[in-house]
Amino acid sequence: MLEMVNVSKVFNAGTVNENKAISKTNLRVETGDFITIIGSNGSGKTTLFNLISGNVFPTVGKIIIKNKNVSKEPEFKRAKNVGRIFQNPTLGTAGQMTIEDNMIIALTKGFKGLKRSLTNNKREFFKEHLKHLDMGLESRLKDNVGLLSGGQRQAMTLLMMVLSRPDLILLDEHTAALDPKNAQIVLDLTVKYINDYNLTTMMITHNMNHAIKYGNRLLMMDKGEIILDVKGEEKKALTVDNLIKKFHDIRKKSLENDEILLS
Amino acid sequence: MIEGILVEGLIYGLMVLGVFITFRILDFPDLTVDGSFPLGAVVMAVLLVQKVNPFLALIVVFAAGFAAGTVTALIHNKLKVPNLLAGILTMTMLYSINIRILHNRANIPLIKTETIITKVTSLTEGILPESIAVLVLFLIIIMIIKLLLDLFFHTDLGLTLGAMGGNEQMVITQGVNPELLKIIGVGLSNGLVALSGALAAQYLGFADVNMGIGVVVTGLASVMIGEFLFNSSKISMLTLRVILGSILFKGIMYAGRYYGYYFHMTPNDLKLITGILIIISLIISKVKKARR
Repeated sequence: MLEMVNVSKVFNAGTVNENKAISKTNLRVETGDFITIIGSNGSGKTTLFNLISGNVFPTVGKIIIKNKNVSKEPEFKRAKNVGRIFQNPTLGTAGQMTIEDNMIIALTKGFKGLKRSLTNNKREFFKEHLKHLDMGLESRLKDNVGLLSGGQRQAMTLLMMVLSRPDLILLDEHTAALDPKNAQIVLDLTVKYINDYNLTTMMITHNMNHAIKYGNRLLMMDKGEIILDVKGEEKKALTVDNLIKKFHDIRKKSLENDEILLS
Repeated sequence: MIEGILVEGLIYGLMVLGVFITFRILDFPDLTVDGSFPLGAVVMAVLLVQKVNPFLALIVVFAAGFAAGTVTALIHNKLKVPNLLAGILTMTMLYSINIRILHNRANIPLIKTETIITKVTSLTEGILPESIAVLVLFLIIIMIIKLLLDLFFHTDLGLTLGAMGGNEQMVITQGVNPELLKIIGVGLSNGLVALSGALAAQYLGFADVNMGIGVVVTGLASVMIGEFLFNSSKISMLTLRVILGSILFKGIMYAGRYYGYYFHMTPNDLKLITGILIIISLIISKVKKARR
């Protein structure tokens, strides 16, 4: 599905501000994987996602998606295969447009022509799917998205992404900006969609318990490297305590950033 | 007098629609307008003098305006120049190009040339008074263009353009090239502006390379005045509001020209008034927002 071969990303190379955001990273993601990613701030999690989605290009190394080298392919082209949800709920939808307009734009990826795809059939289709969100959005198709709460917007973003059937989805702390109740709702929906549609997923989270509880594989990042990669039975046996101990053993130091400990 | 205001409001309304598309829908403040408006005028004038069919000439004018917008979008996209600067560059270059199109002249009269207006008034002679016939002509032209725009913004492409102004990241996430969308949007806008210039030249009876000075500001003022009329999020109401704003703006300018001398104002002060109108509009909308 996804392969990263010896990928490095250096910002401001050759200046005093030189920053090795990702160094010599190799990663292979199999179809159907549900990977959770943890790491403190500045460990390179978001840069990793930016590299995969095409928001930034690698300084060296190759990125291969579905057996195609996409290292230099712009973000909008990769978006046909890669869906991404950001922490900020306003980034996934256009607030000044209606729910139905947003959904019709998201239904097919790629350049849009002079068709009018928004028919009553499509509206029924959207209503059917919006019902599953259980947020009452099915009766508000003509409301502007800007009127919705952050949780509703993020749930809609999730639905819009799922309907376009991406091969790989990247979730960048997509529940972190929501209140605890809505965060749980959106997370439950996420897990439901991942299971229903068998989506290959990479999810960044600050919550160690979530990282352990969900998915079949866990990555821990530090200083631009993947320092821990746990799968299958070994992952099932993980606890927060032995995760922290593993970090300590690898890095020979204790966690200085308490953010990673938030749970 | 009232016909004059209406006709001018309708003609300039096309330009205001263009300004509305870039400033409000695309969030791409585009100053190319000051160059593409006279571009439309001079291209139309040269074609009319060469006895090209006026309706065919309008299509060429739209294409010329679209090309001007494409240049601005390309400068912005490829050289990563801020959109304001990209527009100023194109606008400045167009000044020379417009003079070249007029064969190194600054203006060209159209008094004795057959135009859309003379074609129509010769048809309606004896049936309608000339001023009414002209008004009906421009009303029909602008209504057709308004309806086409409304339809366009309901298509998938039009909706995506609408989404880009508010959220470029979303457009990228949907697999659409934002650079291409900017070319389409800014091109469409300047195509409309050029059409407006072409109609203005025929109505005024001449084309002049200086007729674009300050056009974008009048366009912006018209958009803002229209926004005070009513609130809506339907595109058909928004385009209607733009056209009404344009007519209202022309009315205010007319009042300034005719009654301004009471306050020792001359027509030279109109640009000052336009700027003050925009500032007042900004203040009012700020106060309104603060109250909410």
